Amino acid sequence: METSETASEKVLETRLLSRFLRGLWSLTNRDLKKWYLAPTILLISLIQPVVWLGLFGNAFNLGKIFTGTSFNIPGLNIPQSVLNSLGNTLLTNTFGTTSYFSFLAVGMLAFIVLFTSMMSGMSIVWDRRFGFLDKLLTTPVPRGSIVVAKILNGVIRSLAQAVIVLVIAVILGMTLTYVNTWSVIVTFGALFLLGFGMSSLFVLLALHSKDWQSQMAIANLLNLPLLFMSNAFFPVSEMPSWLQAVASVNPVSFAINIGRNALLGIPSSTPIIYDFAYLSIFAVALGAISIILSWKLLKD
Amino acid sequence: MKEKVISVRKLSKFFGKGFVAVDAISFDVFTGEIFGFLGPNGAGKTTTIKVLTTLLSPSSGDATIFGYSVKNDAAKVRASVGVVPQEFTADEDLTGFDNALLMADLYGIPRKAAKQRIAELMDLVELSSAAKRKVSTYSGGMRRRLELAIGLVNHPKVLFLDEPTLGLDVQTRTAVWNYIKKLKNDYKMTLFMTTHYLEEADSLCDRVAIIDHGKIIKIDSPSDLKASIGGDIIQLAINDKNTDLSNLLKKVKGIKTVKKISDEYRIKVKAAETIAPKLITLISSKGYQVTKLSMTKPTLDEVYLEYTGRSLREEEASAGDMMAQRRTMRLSRS
Ligand SMILES: Nc1ncnc2c1ncn2[C@@H]1O[C@H](COP(=O)(O)OP(=O)(O)OP(=O)(O)O)[C@@H](O)[C@H]1O
Ligand SMILES: [Mg+2]
Repeated sequence: METSETASEKVLETRLLSRFLRGLWSLTNRDLKKWYLAPTILLISLIQPVVWLGLFGNAFNLGKIFTGTSFNIPGLNIPQSVLNSLGNTLLTNTFGTTSYFSFLAVGMLAFIVLFTSMMSGMSIVWDRRFGFLDKLLTTPVPRGSIVVAKILNGVIRSLAQAVIVLVIAVILGMTLTYVNTWSVIVTFGALFLLGFGMSSLFVLLALHSKDWQSQMAIANLLNLPLLFMSNAFFPVSEMPSWLQAVASVNPVSFAINIGRNALLGIPSSTPIIYDFAYLSIFAVALGAISIILSWKLLKD
Repeated sequence: MKEKVISVRKLSKFFGKGFVAVDAISFDVFTGEIFGFLGPNGAGKTTTIKVLTTLLSPSSGDATIFGYSVKNDAAKVRASVGVVPQEFTADEDLTGFDNALLMADLYGIPRKAAKQRIAELMDLVELSSAAKRKVSTYSGGMRRRLELAIGLVNHPKVLFLDEPTLGLDVQTRTAVWNYIKKLKNDYKMTLFMTTHYLEEADSLCDRVAIIDHGKIIKIDSPSDLKASIGGDIIQLAINDKNTDLSNLLKKVKGIKTVKKISDEYRIKVKAAETIAPKLITLISSKGYQVTKLSMTKPTLDEVYLEYTGRSLREEEASAGDMMAQRRTMRLSRS
């Protein structure tokens, strides 16, 4: 039997939910507005992954080491075509594809998600510095809206930036043999989960540290190892065993794994579903921890 | 009896281990009045406002606003108050209008009503023409007025103003004073403001609490505060220098003391402007003429000096610099 009390509680609950969503929508909008109204910042953040793509993917093309060399064994006059196909086999065995550029491009998608999440999470430090956060806290907006809006802002920015990096990579010559709508959806699904988890983590760290220098230091301390101890540049199988151990639990590797499988057809050592489950747990766990702890941090 | 809007009981706020920023203060603010906190830098004014607007939780004691406790019913308190903070907190990258609209959203005001309301508020603070400009292009006075408009966006029944005219020029300050009076008179709003400008407390506030080192030293209306340290002084002289009218003058109602110093009478009264005409009539009725008359009102500064043993004037002189300093500090800390 339902008492009138529980009914009124339900009304309060739906009210809270709609207030939460309204606050979330307005606050996310505010952050996104600041972003698309300042396109230079957007462009600057694209420079790094694109330069890396150009540098490591094209200029120092690892693939060239295996193919197109003038190397030959004296006495055995191996035809160039045989050498090339030998190189390609080696490439495929190592990277799973003959195009190192494409291999790296997927890594760069994760890279941009990682760094954009970091920058967006940091913006809450500025909000606190300039008193804007205090202003928000004097309004009756549910505290959760403030935190989730920051996370959402990080996720949306990350995905948008990833789309741009992908387009640039395609223009620069990424292999498109396997790419279709479905594979793009799968890839961005994985990037969404990665972005959600990382943004949650950075919002939480930002709320904890009260100045941006220390936040920046912590962020780099996290981001660079996360990136280099992942399969972004090299396949895990080619790493020393201790690094393999790290890389194989690193969520960045999981997102890249999914992306490479979907976009390039590189076989994954684990079923994609398993990778997705891992990333989902990562995202949900960090999201929950961040929202709960931020609640406390926002209080005083 | 007027209804209590804010009720503060033994409220304290400590920072760190032993630092007491607000020390067991108690007071009530009644509906429709302008209540002022007057005190020097670091007295605990902003801390009190932050506790009352739920930004900080009290270390001990409690305060209620419309009966809602800042400790236990924070959400209800937030929904019913407006805040104009000491520092500029609007988002520099957005327009004035967008800032106000965002706040309206956070208060859950329907979009259509919000837009109309914001247009009215921008009109009130004379920012209509600048509403669509980025806040980063605003002058200090414009920012202060924008903060005021934003503080009013939820049509609060009680508004907290933290040093609303700090760092403003005389003209803008007068304009802000007029808005504040308008809020009280036209909208019957209850206002809680802090200031360290004596004129401000004097001309705006119905009641003033003098606060120093986190303690309230005295609460009263500006005129009673001034009266409490002795009242106004009327100095007059008459054409007949040889007669002493002291005893006659002492009989007039409202006169506290009369002293004849050489040719002049130094008379302490409660309110000079009502007593002086009476004195002139009395003196003329006895056939004498007033040849000289001056009135001196004690200032809140003297009151302040009396109760805290320090003068506010010196501190006030550098308030503009302080303000500039504080903003740079804020920027460099970040
Ligand atoms: N977060 C904090 N941590 C530690 N001390 C604080 C904090 N906030 C304020 N204080 C201290 O509490 C005291 C009161 O500060 P408060 O800001 O309330 O002063 P105020 O009366 O508003 O001064 P002003 O006129 O300069 O604005 C000051 O000594 C200040 O240094
Ligand atoms: Mg202050």
